[in-house]
Amino acid sequence: MVLFVFRRLITSLVTVLVVAAMIFVATEVLPGDVATAVLGREATPKRLASLRAQLQLDRPAPERYREWLFAFVQGDWGHSLARPHIEIRPLVIERLRNTLWLSGIAGVLGVAISLLLGIYAGLHRNKWFDTIVSTISLIGMSLPEFVIGSLLMLLFGVVWALLPAVTIVQPQATLLDLLPSMILPALTLIIVMVAYILRMVRSSVIDVTQSEYVQMAYLKGVPHRRVVWQHIIPNALIPTINAIALTVAWLIGGVVVVETVFNFPGIGRLLTSAVSDRDLPLVQALGLVGAFFYIGTNMIADLMTLWLTPRLRTQYWQNAHEN
Amino acid sequence: MLMRISVFKWAQRISLSAWIGIVLLTMHLVMAACATWLAPYVPTAIDTNNMYQSPSMLHVFGTDRYGRDILSRVIYGGQFALFISMVSAVLSVMIGSIIGVIAAYVGGFFDEVTMRVIDAIISIPGILLLLVIVTGLGTGTSVIIFAMVLSYMPGVVRVIRATAQEYVTRDFILAARLRGERVKNIVWVELMPNIRDVLLVEFAMRASWIVLSVSGLSFLGFGVNPPTPDWGLMINENRSVLVLSPWGTIFPMIAVATLVVSLNLVSDEVAKMFGIDRGVRR
Repeated sequence: MVLFVFRRLITSLVTVLVVAAMIFVATEVLPGDVATAVLGREATPKRLASLRAQLQLDRPAPERYREWLFAFVQGDWGHSLARPHIEIRPLVIERLRNTLWLSGIAGVLGVAISLLLGIYAGLHRNKWFDTIVSTISLIGMSLPEFVIGSLLMLLFGVVWALLPAVTIVQPQATLLDLLPSMILPALTLIIVMVAYILRMVRSSVIDVTQSEYVQMAYLKGVPHRRVVWQHIIPNALIPTINAIALTVAWLIGGVVVVETVFNFPGIGRLLTSAVSDRDLPLVQALGLVGAFFYIGTNMIADLMTLWLTPRLRTQYWQNAHEN
Repeated sequence: MLMRISVFKWAQRISLSAWIGIVLLTMHLVMAACATWLAPYVPTAIDTNNMYQSPSMLHVFGTDRYGRDILSRVIYGGQFALFISMVSAVLSVMIGSIIGVIAAYVGGFFDEVTMRVIDAIISIPGILLLLVIVTGLGTGTSVIIFAMVLSYMPGVVRVIRATAQEYVTRDFILAARLRGERVKNIVWVELMPNIRDVLLVEFAMRASWIVLSVSGLSFLGFGVNPPTPDWGLMINENRSVLVLSPWGTIFPMIAVATLVVSLNLVSDEVAKMFGIDRGVRR
């Protein structure tokens, strides 16, 4: 077990390094480097060359990659290109706080709601509740985040004017001030998340219900309530952990669009504005932070699945001995 | 005659929801293909005398802030989304399946390296990867297709590799190898036909995800450039006047939603037909 956790940590670390390399290659080595981004496409070759020398872009890429990564790990994330006086790290951390709260609230509520609805729908397959929930989740899956967001904004922000339609609070505002502007973005994320996870939970519950051990439990006279709580739910939840992890990881991408829709001051909106400005150092930093959280969530999900399924653990040991 | 009966039976077997999907999808394809004849106006024609018109006989869906006809823009708006999505979905499935099958067949070091790279690409959240690529390469049709293929192909590789691995150890592959068939032949003639079902499901699923991603990218302003009509872009442009004139936002929304719903319904049916579970979007 310890060995597995250790190996999983190492693979995650390697993945982060490879992802960092890919972000670096995409933004710095491919045509259209920082110098062209700063000076625009019509810059003279001479000015480009001098700026490249000034930014040390003429040095070999692997060397620059190593330095960039070391500096990043040590907390020196550099300065923004579009606004040179702004340091990237404090900016990202300030926005990250808002995003983490937003996605944290949405994640916890979304997972809870989809588990409840999914289990209920799966246990009562093809009844009216299941049909309604499945249809709504299909529609929820088919609507882009920005459509759901705009519709909610129209309903709650404009027609009924209950909640702020867009965030007008400063990014540094206290959580209490931010909370009202957080409701609609969080609701949007929850709707999309529930649509995805619910389907997984439902089909997983149905699979388990049809399994031999559940049939066996019914046949030997175990009461229905006990079968549901002791046999169906625990076994149905294990495969959904990965689905939940993937969806929570999707949140990291989803917030980019949702934050832009509601003008919410998180890392997502920061990223879209950084991309519009071609602010490469900022995009790199945000890309790394996003990938870090994404890889972390997936790792935790894998470890949790392993922890909850003893069968996988023995399988792993057998494989390890064979190899 | 025999043919007709089998088609008829096949049609009966398909569920109602799948029929809705097929009809909606056909509508969208026809709309995109025949936009030139269907659209009542030129989608980029500015008419300053008729700004922010509500739906009327003249402009069935109303007009936007430049007096452009929304119906025409909605009809044309699907072209870009459909074109990019279909090309990207076909390319992702093609490239992904070739890499996946070869990785499964060759195995060893090649397999190991390929899968590590694939894992790394999957470890970047989709939209982040798209935005990083757009930052590096700028916007443009080919860049968006490249970005879509890069972010959706790895998932195909994983699924196809796992499916192909089940067949690699079978006797018929061994027999082909003993017959002295070339690797190219074994991959195309022996392995590919066996994973055709999975390929079709992967294609159908990914097409709907790519439509969502493409429209999201246009919405964020990194898709086509204005004044080209595009649903995501239209929603973004008209969102600020949602209260004053909701038509410019609502109709493109309905268009995106019906397209993705139809793709989902069809891919659900395809998956059910072959008994394959739909995965989680990634």
